[in-house]
Amino acid sequence: METLLAFVIGGLYAAGFYMMVRRSIVKMIFGLALLGNAANLLIFTMGRLVRGRPPLVPLGAGEPVPPFADPLTQALILTAIVIGFGVQAFALVLIKRVYDEVGTDDLDEMNTTDTERGRSRKSRIPR
Amino acid sequence: MPHVVILPILIPLVTAIASIFARKRRRLQRLISVCGAAALSSASLLLLATVWREGIKTLQVGSWPAPFGIALVADLFSAMMVAVAGLMGLSVVVFSLESADSEHEEIGYHPLLHILLLGVCGSFVTGDLFNLYVWFEVMLIASFVLLALGGSRGQMEGAIKYVTLNLIASSFLLAAIGILYGVAGTLNLADLARHLRILPHSGLITVLATLFLVAFGIKAAIFPLFFWLPASYHTPPVAISAIFAGLLTKVGVYALIRVFTLLFIQDVDYSHNLILMISGLTMVTGVLGAVAQNDFRRILSFHIISQVGYMILGLGLYTPLALAGSIFYIVHHIIVKTNLFLVSGIVLRLRGTLELSRLGELYRGSPGLALLFLVPALSLAGLPPLSGFWAKLILVRAGLEQGSYAIVAAALAVGFLTLFSMTKIWTEAFWKVSPAVGEGSSAPSLRELSSGARLLLLAPPLLLAALTVAIGLAAEPLFALSMEAARQLLNPEAYIEAVLGQTP
Repeated sequence: METLLAFVIGGLYAAGFYMMVRRSIVKMIFGLALLGNAANLLIFTMGRLVRGRPPLVPLGAGEPVPPFADPLTQALILTAIVIGFGVQAFALVLIKRVYDEVGTDDLDEMNTTDTERGRSRKSRIPR
Repeated sequence: MPHVVILPILIPLVTAIASIFARKRRRLQRLISVCGAAALSSASLLLLATVWREGIKTLQVGSWPAPFGIALVADLFSAMMVAVAGLMGLSVVVFSLESADSEHEEIGYHPLLHILLLGVCGSFVTGDLFNLYVWFEVMLIASFVLLALGGSRGQMEGAIKYVTLNLIASSFLLAAIGILYGVAGTLNLADLARHLRILPHSGLITVLATLFLVAFGIKAAIFPLFFWLPASYHTPPVAISAIFAGLLTKVGVYALIRVFTLLFIQDVDYSHNLILMISGLTMVTGVLGAVAQNDFRRILSFHIISQVGYMILGLGLYTPLALAGSIFYIVHHIIVKTNLFLVSGIVLRLRGTLELSRLGELYRGSPGLALLFLVPALSLAGLPPLSGFWAKLILVRAGLEQGSYAIVAAALAVGFLTLFSMTKIWTEAFWKVSPAVGEGSSAPSLRELSSGARLLLLAPPLLLAALTVAIGLAAEPLFALSMEAARQLLNPEAYIEAVLGQTP
């Protein structure tokens, strides 16, 4: 099972990076989401996979009987998922705003502040 | 007083929440914001004094004993960083009372600024690796919104690059933390240090060290991972640039120094030599990038990169003196760089542009402002008797002691090129005949601003410039602090013992 997950994680990373090197910002955000999921699955797998053994202390015993599923990795992933959700939601709104402002989803067009040509176009500096 | 460690987290949190509730009442919100920032900087100085007197302070959050709960740890290095962060927070909050748009203030400028400070201070005092990731995210999300606040085209373009590259760094960090947990079975920094000491050294540890180097390296803007910085730092309002320039990359540098003195010291020959090489390349590429720029803030942004090279130079040399040099450098740099950005904000206010070709003659209209620029600029280049001179001197001395002549030569050459770009800003913005102001007409002057505006705009840069001069004239106290902090970093046993109690 761990081997299978290793391949899944590798595939997710590959797909994520492939999406990120595309020029469209929409694909880039999808790539970011895939990377986040790959990292979460990686943490999950690093906690070793145990089926059907919740980390519960049996009645009367002092500690759970091994092997049991590691609760800490699950807590970590839960936190990471929540953070990832928030950040991705922000990123989605951001690309919508970028599209409204710039009028294209091509990353190569987003260099007005970097080039002489772009700067000479009237770009407003906020104070 | 064990709870002094949590004050730098609690104060910005409470301030942020309070100022959200006061968002309809502008004056009240500003008052809360300034009071919160003042409270934060006093609390952080209190923390520094406590740590200096009593040694490393720890707090087990929720009284869960380490390594099971989250530990907050303030050693001298953390405390110094928190103290400088608090001071920068206060300066920028005061500066932005005048510089911030009322529109920005209405949509949450002040709460976001305090949440940013919350993330920064949290990263400095946490003693748990996953908690560090969480603080990084807190800091990032606040910086994302601050960067995009207002939503001009340039800001949007900068934000998309900044957001993407920082999120990639976060996913690297998360992956590295996951693998480290699989290897060591704990994420408490002190506990990790103990476990990694016992584990046989393997290739996996080196891979992990490199993953952390990449993850923190993107945030610290080291070579070749710095591209997000010059693409975004010149776009937001100046007060925001100033706090970003002062604090954000330095949190990355702090994290690098922390993990590469506490956790990954098994293979110093490989990892720290790699860092040393990167530091040289970072210095050189950063300064060369700056030479090619023609915009006030873009030049300053590229200089952040080259200065980060100096900061990790000390980490790469890995001797007590070198680490003390790094710490001294970070403190000096935060003060000076924030100051330079604030001065650029005043220039923008006077002239409405930061394009060097359209600036000029600022010296004639406001010689005081020119002097205010010159102090941090010369300090950045490392001229005596300013703080940058001592910072560079310590690092160069440490490099010579180790016999790393190439890196010392690079550091000195970069200092020279820094001076070159500072003189470029000086001649272009302050001395040359302005293309906009014709012959005979009045040069732009600070006197055109109202006295209240002048006070708010000038007080923070004046304070910071005075601090730069003070450090330059009396470097001994800060050097003693840095030396002691470096000694603590190089003897992790004290750190481990402070967190976990007596080690068996």
